[in-house]
Amino acid sequence: MLAKRIIPCLDVRDGLVVKGVKFRNHEIIGDIVPLAQKYAEQGADELVFYDITASADGRTLDRSWVERIAKVIDIPFCVAGGIKSEADAQKMLSMGADKISINSPALADPDLINRLNRQFGQQCVVIGIDSYFDEQTGQYQVYQYTGDETKSSKTRWQTADWVQEVQSRGAGEIVLNVMNQDGVRQGYDIEQLSMVREVANIPLIASGGAGTMEHFADVFQQADVDGALAASVFHKGIIAIEDLKAYLREQNVPMRK
Amino acid sequence: MSQLRGNQTVSDAVIVDTGCANINSLKFAIERLGYKVAVSRDESVIRQAPRVFLPGVGSAEYAMQGINELQLKSLITSLTQPVLGICLGMQLLTRESFENGVQTDCLNLIDTEVKGIDISGASGTQPDGSGLRLPHMGWNTLSNIGDNPLFDGISEDDYFYFVHSYCAPVSIHTLAECRYGQDFSASLNQNNFYGVQFHPERSGQSGARLLRNFMELVS
Repeated sequence: MLAKRIIPCLDVRDGLVVKGVKFRNHEIIGDIVPLAQKYAEQGADELVFYDITASADGRTLDRSWVERIAKVIDIPFCVAGGIKSEADAQKMLSMGADKISINSPALADPDLINRLNRQFGQQCVVIGIDSYFDEQTGQYQVYQYTGDETKSSKTRWQTADWVQEVQSRGAGEIVLNVMNQDGVRQGYDIEQLSMVREVANIPLIASGGAGTMEHFADVFQQADVDGALAASVFHKGIIAIEDLKAYLREQNVPMRK
Repeated sequence: MSQLRGNQTVSDAVIVDTGCANINSLKFAIERLGYKVAVSRDESVIRQAPRVFLPGVGSAEYAMQGINELQLKSLITSLTQPVLGICLGMQLLTRESFENGVQTDCLNLIDTEVKGIDISGASGTQPDGSGLRLPHMGWNTLSNIGDNPLFDGISEDDYFYFVHSYCAPVSIHTLAECRYGQDFSASLNQNNFYGVQFHPERSGQSGARLLRNFMELVS
């Protein structure tokens, strides 16, 4: 049976893994390659490397670390942040990344999704969506440039509409990051993820809010996501991946051994 | 391991450079096992390699176009050493593919075809009650693993990483099956041509085991 995926996310800045709370106050966690290797050995099913400043800064980045990771790890990994063109994507994939995730550039140029699909195949086109629940309007709203507080802004898209749009353009997977929950470890937003699950017929990855092992069980059992992404609980050693997978197996969530 | 012939280092394996983007991840995985591997589209280099890998991402139509443009078809079809097609590379070894509703003539080395994965018969649910979607993406187990050296030491408890929306049905050329909505070929073999639908280069220990088995096949 297809296993559900546990996906540590490593935020990268200047070749180092960092962690912020609600996208702010980044602290250094460690070097990329040993951390990636450690998670792979502990049973992570996939890794996401997210260059947190790339899109907002608009600069060309030294991404040689992608190849260093590809050399040592034997599980799939995705690179996110600052990929704006087919050429950027080609570079990441040729260095050994299995997937590329785009967020703000897809909002600026939705046709990029179609072009990436045609050139590289649906399997490697991941769309990251930063979604915010606005209590005033009661609506789920898509944000862009969330890597930089000064540029972060609301888009014209409501989350469910954008999910359907990217899907129709050939996205292969969606990572839904619930901004209200990011870094606060209060649990995944089951309600929002269930709403997106209803409209998504491609794999859906939950992101934002994991604090306990129960949160993972809840998101798999109640929102039927295909994978759960988390950062701080793994980086800070709050949850060990082996323990988490053993626990989820007991809860009858299919997990890779 | 690598042998010296004259002044030239001969590789243990060659990855056919079909121009697809992610060749490096396969190259690194074979290198991690201690083998010397070249990436090439040069006829003599490919012909003398003890093992040949045919990678592939993207669509069958686009990939076959590339193979035809590079005039690699007659070379690949005439190879006599063990050849392993991976993911789309496996699908290219079959007779034809119906990806994206287009009929594409493939290399016709394994007598089967490729069609979309049928998830309708599964009533959209997995045994645990959750839904199925495409692509079939993630780690899955195999079933009916044949008695073939390619699967030495690999059991139905081992997980492999899959990413695909199209598949080859189960046939007499099936070496191992996988189930997602329907049963399909996780691996194919006819003569010296082998294929795996999953990505052994991204399948942890079990994938490394399969790659090693392939490198050690007695041809």
